[in-house]
Amino acid sequence: MTIARPYAAAFAARFMLLLQYRAAALAGFATQCWWGGIKVMVYAAFYAAAPAAASTSLSLSQTITYTWVAQALFALVPWTGDPEIGQAVRTGAVGYDRLRPVDTYGWWYARAAAWMTAKVVPRAALMLAFAGVLLPLIGLETWSWRPPPDVAQASLFAVSAVLLVALSSAWVMLLNLAAVRFLDERGVNALTASLIIVFSGNLLPLPLFPNWMQTFLFVQPFAGMLDIPVRIYSGDLVGERALAGLALQAGWTGFFILVGRIWMERLMGRLQMQGG
Amino acid sequence: MSAILLLARYFSASVRGQMQYPGSAITLGIAQFFATIIDILAAWALFDRFGPVQGWTFGDIALFFGMVSVSFAIADFLSRGFDVFGTEFVRTGNFDRVLLRPRSAALQLIGHEFRLSRIGRLAQGIVVIALSTAALSLEWPPEHVVLAAWTIAGGVALFMGLMVLQATLAFWTVESLEVMNLLTYGGVQAAQFPLSIYAGWFRNFLIFVVPIGCVAYFPVLVLLGKSDPLGAPAWLLPLTPAAGFVFFGAALLAWRFGVAKYTSTGS
Repeated sequence: MTIARPYAAAFAARFMLLLQYRAAALAGFATQCWWGGIKVMVYAAFYAAAPAAASTSLSLSQTITYTWVAQALFALVPWTGDPEIGQAVRTGAVGYDRLRPVDTYGWWYARAAAWMTAKVVPRAALMLAFAGVLLPLIGLETWSWRPPPDVAQASLFAVSAVLLVALSSAWVMLLNLAAVRFLDERGVNALTASLIIVFSGNLLPLPLFPNWMQTFLFVQPFAGMLDIPVRIYSGDLVGERALAGLALQAGWTGFFILVGRIWMERLMGRLQMQGG
Repeated sequence: MSAILLLARYFSASVRGQMQYPGSAITLGIAQFFATIIDILAAWALFDRFGPVQGWTFGDIALFFGMVSVSFAIADFLSRGFDVFGTEFVRTGNFDRVLLRPRSAALQLIGHEFRLSRIGRLAQGIVVIALSTAALSLEWPPEHVVLAAWTIAGGVALFMGLMVLQATLAFWTVESLEVMNLLTYGGVQAAQFPLSIYAGWFRNFLIFVVPIGCVAYFPVLVLLGKSDPLGAPAWLLPLTPAAGFVFFGAALLAWRFGVAKYTSTGS
């Protein structure tokens, strides 16, 4: 237990700090509602146009729930590395992190996890209140965020959500290390962001892509950053498929952590301190 | 005349500054191209699965999307100064210096920075319009080219009007308000699909409150050779981009009022 304490402290400190940005959270929330609303209207139009031809595993109400959950979990999509680490590399403050009597990978990983969870908790709560409670109350039941079908799916989702944070944090670590390597993280961030938006299902629920792509879309790592948890939530992935999804999330997390650790080992061996 | 010369000076200074780091400018441009073109991928996947919706095909959507992208890219290119106005000018008191110079504040803010990375979105718009032209085998007779240019001009005016309004609000809020992104980026998002697929209240908002429909929907119908499923008369369609200029004019009036009320935060 004592071994984990510094990492828990790093998590808690960062979490509390980020909760302070309430105005940013509200602005983000308004944006998510707008985006979600547009998407819901577009999907409704498409499903209405060809209800039979859809031949997809997702029903309209599942697609709508998918959209709202995706908006709620938007902050967990790992588009950028931790900006403070990029900063620390440029100013030389990374030296302090190396001097701490803790494992730097674990330290940064805990920060990344806290950074993302702190951003997501208030937004997800607001989004649930908006799409899950307010929309049905004002008569837009068909556009609302539905609860999971049963307790089994809900508990599988809970596991999957934790794995989502673990996987996204492991990816953020790779972005952090890219910042260490290249001293400027913006280029890498910008180029990987589009990839993640498409392949996580944030752009469009992955089951709505053409059927011939589905196997690939399911096994690629970014599905675990949104698609798998959300499809478990809405009851689209059940039984063995759900367990396979969880295994994929865990496997990719382990893989990224392994790659990150090896890369970090090599980078830190020849890290040059900036600044004075 | 001197205003145009001055803008040209601002422009060349800004471009030379950014070209000191050509790698960064090019990467950001490419990144923006991909970040904005993925939306058309989503539209393609939806049409691939569901087929035409309410008579609209993928080619139609591509034209709506390409036109609004070009408009927004140009507006965004010209109005960076208004976008960061709260954070970089009001909060810091830098706006005092702008006011002391013998040129209009709006002109100086337009000249503040021209971000080359916006070429990414512009290129995306052009590629998507080309896609649409290929998908629908669209013809571009001269009158359609003129109408497209007029539509884009109206769109640029509208989006710049929104940025000016955002800057005007900063006189009172001091910070730049992110919420205005809803109307700019969110407006672009909404205008990617024809208005007829949205719910009535949302449609009315996009026509009568923030007239994005007038610069991105009605005139594009003419380019597509369609009549409006919502029932707008055919003679009106090509005239609607004027609403963008009216909106811009109203935003400038609000801006003048804000400048007159401005009290410095600086010391």
